[in-house]
Amino acid sequence: MQKEKTLMPIQLPEERIHNFDEVALGYTFELALQEANRCLNCPNKPCVKGCPVNIDIPSFICSLKKGNIDEAYETILKSSSLPAICGRVCPQEKQCESKCTLGIKFEPVAIGRLERFVADNHKKDYTKSNSISPTKKKKVAVIGSGPSGLACAYDLAKENYDVTIFEALHEAGGVLVYGIPEFRLPKTIVKKEIEGLKKLGVKIETNVVIGKTLTIDDLKVMGFEAFFIGTGAGLPNFMNISGETFNGVYSANEFLTRSNLLKSYLKDSITPIRSDGVVAVIGGGNVAMDAARTAKRLGAKEVYIIYRRSKDELPARKEEVEHAIEEGIIFKFLSTPIKILGDDNFSVNSIELINMELGEPDEKGRRRPIPIPNSNHILNVDTVVMAVGTSPNPIIKDCIKDLEVNRHGCLIVDENNLTSVEGVYAGGDIVSGAATVISAMGMGKIAAKSIHEYLKNK
Amino acid sequence: MYKILSKKYLNPTVVEMKISAPLIANKALPGQFVILRVNKEGERIPLTIAGVDKALGLVKIIFQIVGATTLLLSKKECGDCIQDFVGPLGKPSNLDHLKKVCVIGGGVGCAIALPIVEYLHQIGANVTSISGFRNKDLVILEEEFISNSNRHILMTDDGSVGRLGNVTIPLKELLEKETFDEVIAIGPLVMMKYVTLTTKPFNIPVTVSMNPIMIDGTGMCGGCRLSLIKNNERIIKFACVDGPDFNGYEVDFDEAIKRNKIYLEKEKHEYEKTCNLFKTR
Repeated sequence: MQKEKTLMPIQLPEERIHNFDEVALGYTFELALQEANRCLNCPNKPCVKGCPVNIDIPSFICSLKKGNIDEAYETILKSSSLPAICGRVCPQEKQCESKCTLGIKFEPVAIGRLERFVADNHKKDYTKSNSISPTKKKKVAVIGSGPSGLACAYDLAKENYDVTIFEALHEAGGVLVYGIPEFRLPKTIVKKEIEGLKKLGVKIETNVVIGKTLTIDDLKVMGFEAFFIGTGAGLPNFMNISGETFNGVYSANEFLTRSNLLKSYLKDSITPIRSDGVVAVIGGGNVAMDAARTAKRLGAKEVYIIYRRSKDELPARKEEVEHAIEEGIIFKFLSTPIKILGDDNFSVNSIELINMELGEPDEKGRRRPIPIPNSNHILNVDTVVMAVGTSPNPIIKDCIKDLEVNRHGCLIVDENNLTSVEGVYAGGDIVSGAATVISAMGMGKIAAKSIHEYLKNK
Repeated sequence: MYKILSKKYLNPTVVEMKISAPLIANKALPGQFVILRVNKEGERIPLTIAGVDKALGLVKIIFQIVGATTLLLSKKECGDCIQDFVGPLGKPSNLDHLKKVCVIGGGVGCAIALPIVEYLHQIGANVTSISGFRNKDLVILEEEFISNSNRHILMTDDGSVGRLGNVTIPLKELLEKETFDEVIAIGPLVMMKYVTLTTKPFNIPVTVSMNPIMIDGTGMCGGCRLSLIKNNERIIKFACVDGPDFNGYEVDFDEAIKRNKIYLEKEKHEYEKTCNLFKTR
């Protein structure tokens, strides 16, 4: 019995900090088989319950054990529309793998790596749907082309609805293209998913900001009868400390958008990005890891992650933290900035930090960080990236009357992902606040089902 | 892809183009802007909407060639396409309540002031417009300003046409004799700062139009953030969703001037690179 997960071939740290190529290279068939054979195929399937979209994991692994990759892929597709993406970015250690029976005594089955293998290596083209008739059903508008919108559009297209996705940016994909770096999620994979959607007849209109270029009322006049809002949590949070407007202080959204979407990571890119010298990334989530590892690759001499709690409380995906450590990112735990300082050119040159200790848990159960008096110290830096969370972008809620939001600006929905306005559904970060790709996808799928029910009876 | 349907030079470095973008033409209001990319590898830049033709679905942009992207854009001809064009972004200017206004445009800022002057004239407001340029070769939109204003004053730094001096000179003279509901200033940051300082003793509201570096234009990156000082407190606003118009008395102009310079080196480099591209063709 193999106690540990079969090792994933990866680029070595010394090499990969100089490129933006994917770090995890993927299992070969032999390695995938080896890992699949660790699965005990337990009858109560605890891993399925751990998956936000309840993929029948033991079943796909069984198909894989038999060498039937296409069959495995078909099983995953029944529950998930983005397996190549989720296999790479899901925090499996908190989801399926955390429930794995094998994981009680040993390392769990590497379910994520197997999902990725199946997604990358299936042969059959599932983007053609022979059952779709040329005359389409009613028109549905999907607002936002991130994981939630893509998943919703996919399921609706399979039901033969006439779907158009409206995207504010010039490229579809949402966080998948602007947020997650190339070395974690190659954009060719995202493009492939999007091309698949187009083959199913989904139209994608980029450069359209719903609420500005077109309103919901305009869409109704254009014949759309149901709406899905998947506009995400794209409003960056700042700490509101002194010096946050100095040159060289970025929100993680801006830093990553410059690098990922506008390709600043390419040598001859016209879009500038400042990432040399010492870079301090404030935050401990996936976005902070992405920003820090991007800064390293862009040539930063030293990169710090400054996080106010300790290592155990880091919310980032385990593999990202491990890879960041391997890449030489310096972690400063129990520390937070209280002031940003700059030079006469209005450029950041240092940050004043204070140390923290962990107190009683807050209402979410996370131990509250408490500042330690007189522990102030200065860290000299050249660039600061604020990765302290994002909030829902307010443009869409300002354009729909009676759309109810909670105090964080998140849209309120019922168990069918229906908002307070008839015919308007929502999912993803606009509902939950910043969360995962898979939870966004899950909501997109529920909403698609609800929209189908709604339009059937209209 | 968005087609260029007309192109002309208003002066050696200022170009006017009309782009086919019916959805934007239909919705745009004075004060709003677009973000565009010239080609697939390009950066995203904001440009104010200088006017629209709803019937033909055209959006007019007027821009100065200041960097690589505006240079690339200026080399496109009628019939060419630009890669991306999104809008209308930003909050429209708040103009309906104004009865007597002084609108001041500095340099290419006059192109941004024009839709405001036109709108005010259309709603029957009394408009005094002042436009300022470095010299007579750079003067643009004179006829349009004259025909949309009750009174128009042209200033040049060297006196080669109009009056000699900067825009705050006639502004002060006017403020000493009469009152206005509002002073609207659009142009270089330094100009807007001094218009604000000049107007301050007269207790008249000043609206300025901020033009920071922008990436997405929809509030997702914070790159365009600026500081407003209200009651001694510093508040951060995003120019792309909270602006681009702001209360001149609250804006920290010195900070905005410094923030605009963050990529100066890189911008110079890219501009030279692009210039060379055209030399070798």
